Amino acid sequence: MTKGFRLAFRAVVVLLAILATLLMASVILWMIGADVAATFYTICFEPLTRMLHISEVLIRAIPLCIIAIGISVAYRSGIINIGAEGQMAMGILAFTGAALAFPDVPRPLLLPLALLASMIGGGVWGFIPGILKARLNVSELLSTVMLNYIAAQFYSLCLRTIYLDPAEQVDGTGTPQSMRLTENVWLGRITGRLHFGILIALVLAVLIFILMWKTSIGFKMRASGSCARAARYGGISVGFYVAASMIISGAFAGLAGGVELAGVHRRAIEGITNNYGFSGVVVALFGGLHPFGIIPASFFFGLMIYGSTLAPSKVGVPANIVQVMQGIIIIVIVTAQMVLSNAYLQDRIWRKYQALRKKEA
Amino acid sequence: MLDIITNMLSMCIPFSVALLLASIGEMFNQRAGVFNLGCEGVMAMGAFIGMLIPFMAGGGGAVSEWYNLLGFVAAAVLGALFGLFFGLVTVTFRAPQGIAGIGLQMFGVGTAGTLFRHFVGGTQSIPGIPDIDIPVLSRIPVIGDIFFSHNAAAYLAYLFIPVAWYILFRTPWGLKVRAAGTSPRAADSMGINVSRVRYEALMLGGALAGLAGAYLSIAQAKMFSDTLISGRGFIAVALVYFGHWHPAQIMGGALLFTLAQTFQTIVQSMGISFPYELAVMLPYILVIVVLSFTSRNQITAPTSLGKPFNREIRT
Repeated sequence: MTKGFRLAFRAVVVLLAILATLLMASVILWMIGADVAATFYTICFEPLTRMLHISEVLIRAIPLCIIAIGISVAYRSGIINIGAEGQMAMGILAFTGAALAFPDVPRPLLLPLALLASMIGGGVWGFIPGILKARLNVSELLSTVMLNYIAAQFYSLCLRTIYLDPAEQVDGTGTPQSMRLTENVWLGRITGRLHFGILIALVLAVLIFILMWKTSIGFKMRASGSCARAARYGGISVGFYVAASMIISGAFAGLAGGVELAGVHRRAIEGITNNYGFSGVVVALFGGLHPFGIIPASFFFGLMIYGSTLAPSKVGVPANIVQVMQGIIIIVIVTAQMVLSNAYLQDRIWRKYQALRKKEA
Repeated sequence: MLDIITNMLSMCIPFSVALLLASIGEMFNQRAGVFNLGCEGVMAMGAFIGMLIPFMAGGGGAVSEWYNLLGFVAAAVLGALFGLFFGLVTVTFRAPQGIAGIGLQMFGVGTAGTLFRHFVGGTQSIPGIPDIDIPVLSRIPVIGDIFFSHNAAAYLAYLFIPVAWYILFRTPWGLKVRAAGTSPRAADSMGINVSRVRYEALMLGGALAGLAGAYLSIAQAKMFSDTLISGRGFIAVALVYFGHWHPAQIMGGALLFTLAQTFQTIVQSMGISFPYELAVMLPYILVIVVLSFTSRNQITAPTSLGKPFNREIRT
């Protein structure tokens, strides 16, 4: 098998995967009678036409990037974290709690403290499924989903009761939201609404790259993920690293919530998590579970998420279309990976190709 | 007090149907060795199409019962198609089932939401299906209310439990399903087409999940919304673990979880000042607790659960 053939095989599979994704999304768009080409243009290119749009895309890419990096750590350690949505909500609650409790602490102290609190909030929420998986072999897929629902309810409960804005109680509309947080926890803004969280995301990407590929801890995590039995035989405490990876993953999701709150909303309201937790899974997979792949991937999905909010007014397509496309993309990615790693299939096609060439000659 | 308890128990049977059907469907999937986490998405699609047909026919007003039936049939067919699609991904391409299931869930929920916004728009109710009081039996005090005055679909769903048991344990096809999930290699050597059996089980499971969704929208809520399913698909998957992959025990689990879900209505009806959100959380907490305690059950799980079968590779 020549190198050129292998490359061509990869290229064809990737091309087919892209075509399959577009085709399936087109079928759904065709069913609702939308202009397919215009919709793809609105979702994937329209946001790039203006600076304001680009900064909005980046705002959405920041939490996606942080969450996806966390998810990739867990995924590499053999645990699929689909609970980032709940971990992010817990992070927001912890961040708000810290900001409300110490409004007078100066900013250089309070901002790191509140961000740390959000990491602890998310980390605790990630630790639960991690320890359940390590100790009792409870499927993390189910436990993290359940913790999402629990966190969502807990979040509304807190906003409605202990965090409720005092102004809302006096003459409010009954909107469950906290009061505007003290300026001491605000992240500065670069331009428009774009905040310095983008630097945090980039620094974290580098840190995780170092952790996962340049330290023995990262090696042990990856070993636990790729073959738990071999890792245990090699003297690695698999359960410990699985639980630890879930804590990191949860802490990142919580931090994403804290950054989002400090940079964009600056008060806890309903709907901050905005499905970022699930989108993060797609971003992590799309970015090849590598920090430096996740950075561009999070930009691409930030683009799609922002583009989909333009879709209802521009082309009359509901914003839910982004969820449809994300679902398709997950399925197509995992399928394409299996096809690419299938040496038998590759060999079979190679032989057919050889036979064809002989016939021609 | 007795009123409230009767009321709560009488809600139990009709409200448990969606969980029960989806869970039995998932049981067939898992018995064949495929872990289908996309159940939630299939239920959403079933709920949507089940609501759409009577809504289109009657514009929200009264419609012939045939349209409701058509809604159920359409949901089952659509669910089977989703099962077929999941089979293509996990059986033919052998993609990892957990993450592919998440994809299917997002695809199903997203598509149902997109189509719903386009074809229906906002919250619209449909007449749904009426309750049938079984003569004589329904007039027994307490017991009559609890067991004998529900809608036809609920009775049929409960009648399906022994049927599912018979299919799984007393038919040749059921034996093939269990073989495909327990030892696909042995099944293969006996001339059973493992892929085909897995496809069939996935289609049956998908159809049942679709029906479960349609039951939620047609018979229970009488409407569709994005939050209609709210994790029931995932709870159904957990119930299969809880119920040791056996229809009768799954039924017990479905009733238990429905009881937890109806807890919020009791709290409201009794006028206790108990935070509503904590009551809503209860079934989800219960899932985690139950999964932790039943983790040892997994030795009774189909041994090839979640493992793609490849007859070309030696193991």
